Amino acid sequence: MTTSYTLQNNKITHMNDIKLMAERVNLYYGTFQALRNISLGIPERAITAVIGPSGCGKSSFLRLFNRMNELIPYARVEGRVEIGGVSIYEKSVNVVELRKRVGMVFQKPNPFPMSVFDNVAFGPRRHGVSSRSQLEDIVQRSLRQAALWDEVKDKLGQSGLALSGGQQQRLCIARVLAVEPEVILMDEPCSALDPIATLKIEELMRNLSEEYTIIIVTHNMQQAARVSDMSAFLMMDRDRAGILIEYAPTREVFSRPKDRRTEDYITGRFG
Amino acid sequence: MSNIAARQTSQRYAYGALIAATAIVVIPILCIIVYMIVSGAGAINWEFLTQPPSQAGKAGGILPAILGTFYLMLGTLIFALPIGVLAGIYLSEYAGDNWLTRLINLAIINLAGVPSIVFGLFGLGLFVLAFKFGMSLLAASLTLACQALAMIITTSREAILAVPGEYREGSLAIGVSKWQTIRYVVLPQAMPGIITGAILALSRAAGETAPILVVGAAFFLPRLPTSPFDQFMALPYHLYTVSAHVPGMPKVTIWGVALVLLCVVLSFNILATVIRLRSRQRGI
Amino acid sequence: MPRETFHKNLRELQDDVLIMGSMVEKALDRAMQALKQRDLELAKQVVTDDNNIDKKRFEIEEKAIQLMVCQAPMASDLRIIVATLSVITDLERIADHAAGNAKIAIMIGDEPPLKPLIDLPRMTEKAIDMLHRSLDAFINHDADAARKIVPEDDEIDNLYNQVFRELLVFMMEDPRTVTRATRLLWVAHNLERTGDRVTNICERVVFMVTGKMEEMGVSTY
Repeated sequence: MTTSYTLQNNKITHMNDIKLMAERVNLYYGTFQALRNISLGIPERAITAVIGPSGCGKSSFLRLFNRMNELIPYARVEGRVEIGGVSIYEKSVNVVELRKRVGMVFQKPNPFPMSVFDNVAFGPRRHGVSSRSQLEDIVQRSLRQAALWDEVKDKLGQSGLALSGGQQQRLCIARVLAVEPEVILMDEPCSALDPIATLKIEELMRNLSEEYTIIIVTHNMQQAARVSDMSAFLMMDRDRAGILIEYAPTREVFSRPKDRRTEDYITGRFG
Repeated sequence: MSNIAARQTSQRYAYGALIAATAIVVIPILCIIVYMIVSGAGAINWEFLTQPPSQAGKAGGILPAILGTFYLMLGTLIFALPIGVLAGIYLSEYAGDNWLTRLINLAIINLAGVPSIVFGLFGLGLFVLAFKFGMSLLAASLTLACQALAMIITTSREAILAVPGEYREGSLAIGVSKWQTIRYVVLPQAMPGIITGAILALSRAAGETAPILVVGAAFFLPRLPTSPFDQFMALPYHLYTVSAHVPGMPKVTIWGVALVLLCVVLSFNILATVIRLRSRQRGI
Repeated sequence: MPRETFHKNLRELQDDVLIMGSMVEKALDRAMQALKQRDLELAKQVVTDDNNIDKKRFEIEEKAIQLMVCQAPMASDLRIIVATLSVITDLERIADHAAGNAKIAIMIGDEPPLKPLIDLPRMTEKAIDMLHRSLDAFINHDADAARKIVPEDDEIDNLYNQVFRELLVFMMEDPRTVTRATRLLWVAHNLERTGDRVTNICERVVFMVTGKMEEMGVSTY
């Protein structure tokens, strides 16, 4: 897989395989600037990790790509955000359609208070699929892709909330997969899970990345090192705006980071 | 060591005081209920519940009053519930956080505290006279609905706001529209709360005397109402009249009416409690 | 400061490498002394002390592995540990060369010398000096200093060539000297290999600092 590189001096050097792009993006919540001048290109069918200390804007950055920032009042985005070469912040863009293409998995698993089947079938049903047999196919396919089918195939009618934490998170992933997205955004998906569940989900991510483009925000550096192909390191500037310090293939970032600040963060010389 | 002993003593005092307070509230209520049952049970029989009154209400049954109360509840439900729930949805999901919304919310909360006789006069002026519905079931239902509306909007709003934001986020994040999210995720979750609120509002309306007094209740109507524009009898008004305005009314009959009214209101409340408990069991 | 214990342990690890290094320098020096002065006792001492050097090496290896397991080092910290593991291997091989020289001194015993030893001690001095400076570069994380040392291996190689030719001449002129000459040839070989090992150490120092493996100075042999 060819990797795409960062913007150097704000000029893109490799354009191959870039699925999502941010160009000189500034994000404001009211008068507070959450992100400053972020530019990078995210390769398709790979896992990109976003790391950095708490509060530096990682989640805000992630939500640029499915416009979930707009749920927060007074949120404002400047700059260009593209998916597949097309800007997503135009008035002509249907946000609901966008969020079908760009699905999201959250930190705390949030299955609906419905049966396992209904959870996974929820998206397709709302998008118009009503045939029972079609829904059954979709549910089975999605649960298989999420490595959950074997564990729940006899209990599809059971409430989603009755599953363990790790299973719930995989259910949420299946729910996203059921609407056939192109991109999956994951906001610290494993931080509420035990180590075994975490490893299962990491394995799942690797398998999924053959078909989907994945961006994962994580505060666990070992996880970023284990799981991702590219890593982006964000940090807070003096005025608490998030800035991009370094963006490179993961093995580079973790074995020979170019920026001193990246080195200090990764080796734990500052928290 | 004396610190521990002192704390234990103060614990016991607090416990004792709380038990006493509870007893002060519960015991009189139990006494009243027992007194009502003892005094009024004698009047309750099949004839009482299914026959219209005769002899100016001294004999016969109270069927029209029971039916009238029932029709009133139905009318209140039809007018207040849909509008109230939809308003609750709008105020919690769609209205922006600005001064106007806050003003509206404040107004609704205050509306719930307006004395019911004021609602009665309002209903008289608007429905009976201005809309020319006359003293009728329709006017009375609309009047009670106005009163119930405040409570239904508030409880709906609260039930909807109580639904965790994570469910909304999870739904929006897979490309489901806002209205679909509300309809298929938020509302079903909020439904127990909404229904409970509606039932409580209705049960309150069932017991209201002042508004219907002004707007349309009659004391003695041997025939049953056949259209919304008819006059009607109702239990609370009936109770008021037989206890205050009919000389020579057998006491047992008065208490019988009170007992029936109590049972109606109680059954509403029990229904609301059952729904609330069952929804909690479903693990939400 | 977070991870202060870890970074302290890391510095101690590097200090340990230096300790092992000075043990090795001493072994090289004493082995050559023993050879020059026919000091069999000293030679035996060198051979015995080689065990200590081996023990030290495993001790450092243990510590390094523990740091990796318990601390999940990243970036430059990881490179320090990886470089350490490589350097102590090279040091241990150098120590073996020194012990080899000492054993040869024992084998020679008090046979009459072929000629006064001049070039071999010079090779030893040069090797010890290069080793010492490479370990300085290691502890100071000085890639430039490490790079400068590498070409100096040519001096050792040239001296080796000289010794080789000289001994060859001896052997051709008088076949009875073959045994003694061969033994001395082996000493020279050990010292030449020592020089190569030191260049390995320098390459590792550069890697540790820059993160890149640079191939510097290919040995002629």
